Amino acid sequence: MALSVHRERCIGSGTCVFTAPDVFAQDEEEGLVTLLTDGTDHVPAVRSAVERCPVAAISLDED
Amino acid sequence: MTEIDTSSPLRQDPPQFPMERKCPFQPPAEYAVMRAEEPVSKVTLSVSGKEMWAVSRQEHVRQVLTDPTMSSNFKHPGYPLQVPVPDDILQAMELPLVAMDPPVHGRHRREIIPEFTLKRMQALTPRIQEIVDQHVDAILAKGGPVDLLTELAIPVPSLVLCELLGVPAGDIPEFRDFAETTVRSDVTPQEVGMAIHQMDVYLDKLVTSKEESPTEDDLLGRVVLKNKEEGNLNHREIVALARMLISGGFDTLTNMIVLGVAALLEHPDQLAQMKADPELTRNAIEELLRFLSIADSAPSRVATQDLEVGGVKIKAGEGIINLTASANRDETVFENADQLDIFREIGLHSAFGHGVHQCPGASLVRVELKIVYDTLFARIPNLRLAVPASELPFKRATLIQGLDALPVTW
Repeated sequence: MALSVHRERCIGSGTCVFTAPDVFAQDEEEGLVTLLTDGTDHVPAVRSAVERCPVAAISLDED
Repeated sequence: MTEIDTSSPLRQDPPQFPMERKCPFQPPAEYAVMRAEEPVSKVTLSVSGKEMWAVSRQEHVRQVLTDPTMSSNFKHPGYPLQVPVPDDILQAMELPLVAMDPPVHGRHRREIIPEFTLKRMQALTPRIQEIVDQHVDAILAKGGPVDLLTELAIPVPSLVLCELLGVPAGDIPEFRDFAETTVRSDVTPQEVGMAIHQMDVYLDKLVTSKEESPTEDDLLGRVVLKNKEEGNLNHREIVALARMLISGGFDTLTNMIVLGVAALLEHPDQLAQMKADPELTRNAIEELLRFLSIADSAPSRVATQDLEVGGVKIKAGEGIINLTASANRDETVFENADQLDIFREIGLHSAFGHGVHQCPGASLVRVELKIVYDTLFARIPNLRLAVPASELPFKRATLIQGLDALPVTW
């Protein structure tokens, strides 16, 4: 499983931080998405965050 | 037979828009018919007589709102403007964030993103709690029945937002008048123009005072300081940013409080479970955002290129109304979509919009509503409506759905 975030696309909606707070955060300086873990322990929440991101700034490859 | 059959649906003018809610908790009945029969269809804007597209299914609303070729610029003649603003005033306006297109939009939005992170909003919790407690104290001291709109739902979001921005408390009533007038559809274009002008004059003064005495203590102060160093935004652009944050953060939260409380009181079994387990509030808020859809049809667009939505061809220059309230009742996405169910698994709802323009204040909404609902129901556990729900006076003429009063007692 490979989880990655695309900060250049991120608009700081905070949806992922709300949906999977153990996996995603927003940095202080720009408020854009950062990863806290690789997400393997929170797969359902990560999937939901991917679905709910308004700008498709999170990629999850489950192969 | 040469007569034209005027009863044929093909011969009828597109239906008038906006459509009326018969009840504050349910979107216009026409939306369900549109979703089923003609999910991408024409409507006639009542305010201007112009024909626009209306999109009613979630997949199509998402497609339009995430399409980079769509413009949000309300100065475009094809834009579905739902407010009667005279064209000369419209053209002279500084475009607010919601009406900007990339790449300018991104440059402006980045100024406020770090100000609205979930962590930062959670850090406001003690102050929001204090404001809410003060108002609940006053309600309890006064005794029922009280109007929750004026005693809680108007002052709390106003005070939180003004605190966040650094607006002096004495100026709040003036602000609310301006903000309300600009979103009403039963006022004259002159009144709307005047309110927009008065708000601009006030915010101009406020930003000027921040520029004269820079402070790190509030959002506007920090934006002003940052721009002294980096020069991304000029004075007028900061004023426009302030106006957008204020008009976007007043009525929305006010009406989520009154309609949310009313909806929960109308579902006593679910409310009892929420009171017993405040962990449920988080999910209940997402469900109330979906179910109430107070912004109804707020994010409109105008096409800059020809495209196809749901098999319907839309031409460059044509306007599109995105019925987010309808997308939030889409039966193909939500089971029993017309039922409030605070246990529903949090899925993708459209209450904050989709795409690069999604509400930047979503984290503030989540934090503030949780404090308001939890505190209110914990401190006044016997809270109930003081009039039958069918007699609640709901706002019919505004873009943001809501109530004109919420009489409660305990």
